[in-house]
Amino acid sequence: MADFKEISPNASAGAKLTNWFENRLPTAFDMYKVHMSEYYAPKNFNFWYIFGSLAMLVLVIQIVTGIFLVMHYKPDAALAFGSVEYIMRDVPWGWLIRYMHSTGASAFFVVVYLHMFRGLLYGSYRKPRELVWLFGCAIFLALMAEAFMGYLLPWGQMSYWGAQVIVNLFAAVPFVGPDLALLIRGDYVVGDATLNRFFSFHVIAVPLVLLGLVVAHLMALHDVGSNNPDGIEIKATKGPTGIPLDGIPFHPYYTVHDIFAVCMFLVVFSAVIFFAPEFGGYFLEYNNFIPADPLKTPLHIAPVWYFTPFYSMLRAITDEMLLVLIACVAGGAILGVTKFKLPAIVKLVIVGAAAAVIAMMLSIDAKFWGVVAMGGAVVILFFLPWLDNCAVKSIRYRPQWHKYLYAVFVVNFVILAYLGTQPPSAVGERVSQVGTLFYFGFFLLMPWWSRLGESKPVPTRVNYVAH
Amino acid sequence: MKKIFLTLLAAMGFVVGAQANTGGFPWDKAPDRTSDMAALQNGAKLFVNYCLNCHSAAFMRFNRLKDIGLTEQQIKDNLLFTTEKVGETMKSAIDPRQAKEWFGANPPDLTVLARSRSAQGQGTGADYLYTYMRTFYVDDTKATGWNNLAFPNIAMPHVLWELQGKRSPVYETATEHGQQVQVFKGWEQLTPGTLTPQEYDHAMGDLVSYLQWMSEPAVNTRVRVGMGVIAFLLLMTFFAWRLNAAFWKDVK
Repeated sequence: MADFKEISPNASAGAKLTNWFENRLPTAFDMYKVHMSEYYAPKNFNFWYIFGSLAMLVLVIQIVTGIFLVMHYKPDAALAFGSVEYIMRDVPWGWLIRYMHSTGASAFFVVVYLHMFRGLLYGSYRKPRELVWLFGCAIFLALMAEAFMGYLLPWGQMSYWGAQVIVNLFAAVPFVGPDLALLIRGDYVVGDATLNRFFSFHVIAVPLVLLGLVVAHLMALHDVGSNNPDGIEIKATKGPTGIPLDGIPFHPYYTVHDIFAVCMFLVVFSAVIFFAPEFGGYFLEYNNFIPADPLKTPLHIAPVWYFTPFYSMLRAITDEMLLVLIACVAGGAILGVTKFKLPAIVKLVIVGAAAAVIAMMLSIDAKFWGVVAMGGAVVILFFLPWLDNCAVKSIRYRPQWHKYLYAVFVVNFVILAYLGTQPPSAVGERVSQVGTLFYFGFFLLMPWWSRLGESKPVPTRVNYVAH
Repeated sequence: MKKIFLTLLAAMGFVVGAQANTGGFPWDKAPDRTSDMAALQNGAKLFVNYCLNCHSAAFMRFNRLKDIGLTEQQIKDNLLFTTEKVGETMKSAIDPRQAKEWFGANPPDLTVLARSRSAQGQGTGADYLYTYMRTFYVDDTKATGWNNLAFPNIAMPHVLWELQGKRSPVYETATEHGQQVQVFKGWEQLTPGTLTPQEYDHAMGDLVSYLQWMSEPAVNTRVRVGMGVIAFLLLMTFFAWRLNAAFWKDVK
């Protein structure tokens, strides 16, 4: 416990008040120092570093608008659609709250995708920040669950059939599938029971998990310190006071930085809310203005844009594609056994495992492997810290062709996202199959390709140009 | 780097282009009169007199029409047929079960219909409705005696036929890819309506604008408030930018 600090009776009222609190809740003051005024962040942060703060802002927007929506929303299959229209029409400023929440959902994914890409660019997931990355991936997963369950609540056609399609995927799991799907739905079809449990998860369970993970993410980050665009450990070069020479107190320097970024973000965010809340059918799908009808399946069921890259990968796994994947597994096993000097027992295990996987692939429906691909595409991100073997962290000092590879990765992801919004087609299927192979190849072959090429020398101090 | 990106973007465009497929009757562009009070009032009159007989707008309250410049008394005197109270929502006079028997389908609720009918690559929900209301024709093979050129075999009869008169499409034989096909050329007016074709189109513009407005009555407020919010935020951004610069100017 900290010692009680006396203060001169001549001190100002403000100083006395501060002293009163400091003696009674010193932890708050310590936290302020650790996380704000004496948290030394690298001074060379660029544009890519604003999305973490923006994600926090959007989280707060979602929680606050969500609280107000729940005051008027009715989680009842017969009333849900009407209660949303009630919010849009009869609740004073309800339309604004609702648009903030619906635009916020998409904005959340925009900033989170950019935030994750920043980590990829500058190697922010690498030692000693593995836990920061793992908590971040868990946040992404929780966010996907949150968005998926929230999307059911307006009880429109897309809400209903989107949920129907995704929950039915779980039924493809061998043995326990049908029971699992039943457990999730609480009924044999998506219905009132589903709506109620999704509501409960959406407003209580998942937000609690999200908040806990955000705290863990930030604690882990502030313990090891932020990475930066040069991928240099600023703690390696400290001044005589023990403060990193390239570090700068988070408050006030990055708080004013973030205020600026927040203002710019809010301009864009508000422009969408006030002038294009449907965003051409991408943020609010047109079909969702039709009340859910269990008897009328829409011609084309597409998830909201932020799920579409993964949805594309799901659709890419057909019986044909499964043969390609079997060839990949077999090829990988043969390569592993012949190329590397491994003990005989390990080789045997590799061959055995590959044979088992291939046997499973031949015996279980392609639909299930589509689900595996979709889930795997997210889960594989968790392993990133241990897949990357490049000598340097930041893209700035990696071999030139790495930049091209990253560019292709981004374009590939965008193409997959686009195809996921479109009705199935022969050309689209082929393109998404190639895209899926590239996506997984990028990560699974990373231990190999990230080692190749000549990386540039990394300086000892960060590159910083004064404003 | 840039070049690579451009090439890849071009490749993406190719994929998108290969996907694009349009079919069916092209939608006409509806006039946007969602901020024109006189047009909206005329649209509301048409809506209450014709559409509301079979369709409901179950989430729309009559007194919301005050937003388009009508007084409560005007609403009571001219537009209340199915209910007594202006605070009520717009319910149709028809029994849904009878409707299903007569038309083979329940007439959909129209509150947010204009929003639901937008389609990427084809047009807005207003365009859909504007096209739909202007492509009815006489077809004796149908139970109702009506069919629709843009949306064939739709259950709804031409409720506004008295205004538009009876029409029939005229086709022309053309050669496409070496095959003889029937191409829609224009309309033949069989009997005149109470409105001229120009007047009818104009009235439909009003009706569709009303339907579009009704699907989001906050639309005009939204845009007006939005202007103020953006102006305020731009000002904030300016100050935040200067504040940021003031703090960072000494960082070397």
